[in-house]
Amino acid sequence: MSAESTILFALILPLAGAAGIALAGRINANLRETVTLVTAGGLAMLVWSLLPSLLAGKRPGVTVTELMPGVEIAFRVEPLGMLFAALASGLWIINSLYSIGYMRGNNEKNQTRFYVLFAVSLSATIGVAFAGNLITLFLFYEILTLSTYPLVAHKGDEKTIRSARVYLGILLTTSIGLFLPAIIWTYAVAGGGDFVPGGFLAGHIEGPAVGLLLGLFVFGIGKAAVMPVHRWLPAAMVAPTPVSALLHAVAVVKAGVFTITKVIVYVFGVEFLFAEPSSGWLLYAAAFTIITASIVALRQQNLKRLLAYSTIAQLSYVVMAAAILKPLAEIGAAIHMVAHAFGKITLFFAAGAIYVASKKTEINQLKGIGRRMPVTMTAFTIGALSMIGVPPTGGFVSKWYILAGAFQDDNYVALATIILSTVLNAAYFLPIIYMAWFMREEDAPGNEHGEAPWPAVLALALTALLTIGFFFFHGATIELERQVVENLS
Amino acid sequence: MNALVAHLPALQVVVPMIVAPLVVLLRPRGLAWAACTMASVLAFAIAIQLVQGVLAAGPVSYLMGSWPAPYGIELKVDTLSALMLLVVTGASVFSLVGGRQSLDAQIDEGRQPYFYAAWLLALAGFSGIVVAADAFNIFVFMEVSSLASYVLIAGGPDRRALPAVFKYLIMGTIGATFYLIGVGLIYMMTGTLNLADMEVLIHTVAAQRPILAAAGFITVGLALKAAIFPLHVWLPNAYTYAPHMVTAFLAACSTKVSLYILLRFDFFVFQGNLEGHAFQFAAYLMPLAILGILVGSAVAMFEKNIKRLLAFSSIAQIGYIMLGASFVTVAGLTAGIVHIFNHALAKGALFLAVALFATVAAGLRLDDLKGIARRMPWTFGAFVIAALSLIGIPGTAGFISKWYLISAAMELGTAGLPLVAVILVSSLMAVVYVWRIVEAACFGEATDEPTSPASAPPMLVAILWLAAAANIYFGLVPELPLTLSGDAAAELLNHLP
Repeated sequence: MSAESTILFALILPLAGAAGIALAGRINANLRETVTLVTAGGLAMLVWSLLPSLLAGKRPGVTVTELMPGVEIAFRVEPLGMLFAALASGLWIINSLYSIGYMRGNNEKNQTRFYVLFAVSLSATIGVAFAGNLITLFLFYEILTLSTYPLVAHKGDEKTIRSARVYLGILLTTSIGLFLPAIIWTYAVAGGGDFVPGGFLAGHIEGPAVGLLLGLFVFGIGKAAVMPVHRWLPAAMVAPTPVSALLHAVAVVKAGVFTITKVIVYVFGVEFLFAEPSSGWLLYAAAFTIITASIVALRQQNLKRLLAYSTIAQLSYVVMAAAILKPLAEIGAAIHMVAHAFGKITLFFAAGAIYVASKKTEINQLKGIGRRMPVTMTAFTIGALSMIGVPPTGGFVSKWYILAGAFQDDNYVALATIILSTVLNAAYFLPIIYMAWFMREEDAPGNEHGEAPWPAVLALALTALLTIGFFFFHGATIELERQVVENLS
Repeated sequence: MNALVAHLPALQVVVPMIVAPLVVLLRPRGLAWAACTMASVLAFAIAIQLVQGVLAAGPVSYLMGSWPAPYGIELKVDTLSALMLLVVTGASVFSLVGGRQSLDAQIDEGRQPYFYAAWLLALAGFSGIVVAADAFNIFVFMEVSSLASYVLIAGGPDRRALPAVFKYLIMGTIGATFYLIGVGLIYMMTGTLNLADMEVLIHTVAAQRPILAAAGFITVGLALKAAIFPLHVWLPNAYTYAPHMVTAFLAACSTKVSLYILLRFDFFVFQGNLEGHAFQFAAYLMPLAILGILVGSAVAMFEKNIKRLLAFSSIAQIGYIMLGASFVTVAGLTAGIVHIFNHALAKGALFLAVALFATVAAGLRLDDLKGIARRMPWTFGAFVIAALSLIGIPGTAGFISKWYLISAAMELGTAGLPLVAVILVSSLMAVVYVWRIVEAACFGEATDEPTSPASAPPMLVAILWLAAAANIYFGLVPELPLTLSGDAAAELLNHLP
């Protein structure tokens, strides 16, 4: 199969899978889950089959249709998007496994709708990853918002709907109110929006307007959750945990920081932004988000909300790394997407497993739970260590690169932020680990539980292994992402 | 066949006009509907033929009885009118083909032949306005279409339609009279009614004051008919209490036909000739357009009845069309004209979905629609697609118009930035009012059991999905409406000095 048709198939397959899931859902649940797993496996194979040609330096692309003169729906695979797509499609397999355990263990309603929409949002994610220009990216960005909304509102009670309204409201408002004008502005000044290595805005726009346009992009891309447009992410935690795990730790939020990185690298151009003082604010905005979100996380009692604020902080690591505007930091931004994905999905899986097995959601309920759920809590510990950046976990690798990038530019703001936030990360994760393993259970008797259903445990064990594995085997990722910045000094 | 092709502009009007009196005679059940639908499908086919002809060979002029233009009656189809014909006949076909059960349920069987005759007269009137090339025939067809519309709106079982239609009748008549006064003044000064002739002869008139007065009368009169804010008060109730299929038909095309005449008169006749009229046009219409957009959207955000909500949204959308036109640039006019097409697609589909909701729900307040998404998942899916098009989400037709409108506003430089803000804010307001419906439909618990076990007519569901698919198709492949409206915009501006 040619690379062009592979790209299109990767977009269509999850949609076909969604239709298949809807049909199979009428027959029986096992068949439906089989369709989900087969679709996820097929998607991963398609996406990963593009990897060799990418490593060989090719950039396969395909134009689907021309909307308006100069405005096309087109796809082009480049290293950043490849990494993102590979990550999302790979983790979808594990997440589907986990979903089966979680949704059945919890007796959730409307499971068919859940799996259908999950497949649709994966298609949208691949669309974002492979988009060849701004308008295509925007199209799939919006589809991703809309298709995840019913997943967030899954439970359907009053409180959930209110949170889902916040979710949709913030994401749509920012994207239509800021992101879209930024895109139209870009098309208006540059005559096009195709992603070009090294950027294409240099010479078309200058002075404070650059900072303003960058602001429209950064705050318009609400999925990146740079403060003050972060409120939707804690709100999204009302969703079933598999949604929080894959979508709000990987696909949706990574679509946000991925888009920002892509805009910085392929629209503005790293060197152009570096030379333009009006863009300097982004580093501070990201640093502010990292520190503030970490402090807020310290004060959270609900485990999933804590993880949400931790995600906000970690997302801004990526934004800040991209905003350092140095080659090593751009690589750091890309691999932090991966490292954080492995770690955070593990943490969410663990939180969900705890909920399924024991119905516990608050941190102070977790005393002594390590003895009842040793596998889950071991995985949780590994994920938390990765968030802090302790070797041998993936989080260490990306922090290393971001730090190295910061040193390239003697960027002390970034250095201080990373150090301070590492301390804060440790301050909110270590007490949980301590509580779980070393304190005595003070539960009322009668809540005798063990581990969650086996598919869930298997899934979180796998992602925990990936978190450690990424520490040892990240060479290919670095090699791929080096291509993004190889034309930079 | 070739002989017929030359007569297509006339046939566009003649076919529905002739079938209308025949329909009255068709007493047996269903026949009137069938005849009306067939005539309307034929009209649609003629419109498609005309579009192809115009795209291939440029504007088509047709001389009634072969009398040369300023003396005889001329019909003219250019890209702008071709696009309008497509919208008008398309709306009629979609509503009729899908709407049989809905209309059967709402119109007494005995009155049906008259009702369908009125429908065809409305169709003939709208088409006549679009193809006519002289001011007086436009007036005649305007009256034909208006009178027929009053009958259609009042034709349903809802008694509240009567005061609504009375209000519409009074205001519509005032509008038509204003228009006629304006045309009379121009005729008095120039001695011609043919638009092309007028354009030339107005130059030669020494006293410009009556012409200015005529411009004022015509613009205000047409603004009334087009429901441009603040002359929109007749519209919400008329749309709300009309039979559902009538709402779908009229919402897709009726006000737009008046906008069409307004554009024609302003660009063909007045702007090139009157001192500073381009500025007056923009300065007069732009604030009204902006107010219409904001007020219409704001009211829609708080409306409780879904039809009224969509009617107020229409007032905002008419504002978009006027806003684009008031830029007096190619990009702006293209945006306005393409929005005529795209909004017809979106709003038509939405009202078709409303008609389907009405077959199951007890009423059309948002409270009545609670939980309807579970009962009618297919209808609801199509409704959401059309609603996204109304908001202007990429991948739908509505996005194309938004993109053009925002780009056109940005072309104006700094002055355009507040306009961009208005467009974006109103898009967000659209998100709010659309999402109120979606939330009610998805999450609300049904307050009572379905009053009627009647299932949705499958034909209407199919037509609705066709309309929803068209919203996506023209969002991804918008070449046809864009070509037509781009050409139309260029041609309108050609008439400016």
